[in-house]
Amino acid sequence: MSAAETGPTHGYNFAYLDEQTKRMIRRAILKAVAIPGYQVPFASREMPMPYGWGTGGVQVTAAIIGRCDTLKVIDQGSDDTTNAVSIRKFFAKTAGVATTTHTAEATIIQTRHRIPEHTLKAGQILVYQVPIPEPLRFLEPRETETRRLHALKDYGLMQVKLYEDIARHGHIATTYAYPVEVAGRYVMDPSPIPKFDNPKMNMSEALQLFGAGREKRIYAVPPHTNVRSLDFEDHPFRVQQFATPCALCGAEGVYLDEVVLDDRGGRMFVCSDTDFCEERRAQGFTGTMSPDWKGEGANGGRQANER
Amino acid sequence: MSVDDDRPLLSTRGLTKYYGNRIGCADVSFDLYEGEVLAIVGESGSGKSTLLSLLANELAPTCGTVLYRMRDGETRDLATLSESERRLLLRTDWGFVRQDAREGLRMGVSAGGNVGERLMAVGSRHYGRIRATAGDWLQRVEIDTARIDDTPRSFSGGMRQRLQIARNLVTGPRLVFMDEPTSGLDVSVQARLLDLVRSLVREMGLAVIIVTHDLAVARLLSHRIMVMRAGHVIEAGLADQVLDDPREAYTQLLVSSVLAA
Repeated sequence: MSAAETGPTHGYNFAYLDEQTKRMIRRAILKAVAIPGYQVPFASREMPMPYGWGTGGVQVTAAIIGRCDTLKVIDQGSDDTTNAVSIRKFFAKTAGVATTTHTAEATIIQTRHRIPEHTLKAGQILVYQVPIPEPLRFLEPRETETRRLHALKDYGLMQVKLYEDIARHGHIATTYAYPVEVAGRYVMDPSPIPKFDNPKMNMSEALQLFGAGREKRIYAVPPHTNVRSLDFEDHPFRVQQFATPCALCGAEGVYLDEVVLDDRGGRMFVCSDTDFCEERRAQGFTGTMSPDWKGEGANGGRQANER
Repeated sequence: MSVDDDRPLLSTRGLTKYYGNRIGCADVSFDLYEGEVLAIVGESGSGKSTLLSLLANELAPTCGTVLYRMRDGETRDLATLSESERRLLLRTDWGFVRQDAREGLRMGVSAGGNVGERLMAVGSRHYGRIRATAGDWLQRVEIDTARIDDTPRSFSGGMRQRLQIARNLVTGPRLVFMDEPTSGLDVSVQARLLDLVRSLVREMGLAVIIVTHDLAVARLLSHRIMVMRAGHVIEAGLADQVLDDPREAYTQLLVSSVLAA
């Protein structure tokens, strides 16, 4: 194989996995794209990282990545956490591809728990790391039974879960891994992204691939596919609202992380998407806690929320 | 009354189930009409529960057929139903009250959710209406509506059985299977449950097939009785006739072994 000879790390095939394995994964991906939301079993490999660190996502990325791709890896919206840094380095080393932290420049974005704030474009691929692909798992423990439920489109059980939420909390209290119906057919677990991100999946121009390494499943949402969050007629799906804008860049309508500052109740809310926040600050936007905060109206009433 | 009433709701011919060489039940044939309550009695191991599972399409028979008249009036062979048709039938037109409430209920889900599950499964998506219907049914089975958000784990045995009944009847089925619904309950609770079942059967015009080893239950509820022994139906007839004037020696023994209170 010429790939092995010219690969960036001697002794490894391009992007770590051997070509036969990649072929097998690509087949699973093609099937997943053909049946949106359907969980395709695949022969997941041992990867040089523990389960729960994104072995599914890494295998999907390894199968689709090419030499001209630019890779971005995020973990909880951040480019600089351990998980994101090590996976980015892994592909820089084994595939020698260009990496970036800018959403707009990336062709493949591997993500854990977030969808970037920047609207994704056609040609980009979002790869999700999925811990538990089966949305019905905690309602029905038998795999044979959940498969049957999917096959028969028997999703009353999922609705029972939402009913229980409202009965207990007065509203649908599920805030992450919020179940969605894909293309009017399969109910899918969107991986543990906040439900804030669910609307971004709907009619997205980018291809969305989901890989679960331990559970050995791959599923997909092709571009321009209907993704509907499940709800009740009298309790419609709603995303979280934040009372304050980002303390560093003043962005509103984005997903914020709470950062505890001291042990006397001090806290700040900042963009969870670090790249988005940095870009805004570079453009001159400021928030209440940034060093050069110029007071209310500093951002000229502009909102950088391009969505 | 429609013209369909003179056709049986459920009819079975030569129903047989072998477990390897052992007989589960053999050559059972009968007709069940709308609004009719049929009790299947016999000692443990006589094939009662096997027969019930065959009728409810949970087990595949070795030979024989079960015909069911669907809501649209068409009579279908249950063996030819597709899986999705079978499931739809199970949750709309049929009910199954289990002996062990833990099998028939979702123990981790609130009472309201348990009753509402069938409604949601057939496409109901309005929380307020589902909850109102669930509350209404809890009242009908004499469960305090204040407990609508409690899980069945915190319910007594009798309440669990009543909740199971509510959960099964919420979609207005025409046929309900009951597998020893009163065993394991104390006598006063049994009496109330039987009372409840009897009034619901009358109100809703339900057809019921009830499996029991308790002849008192059979006498209270049923119109007709089938006595089973070693997989075979040895005697069948009107309830009073079978209980007061048993023909078979085994039935005579069964009837005479009931303890007088």
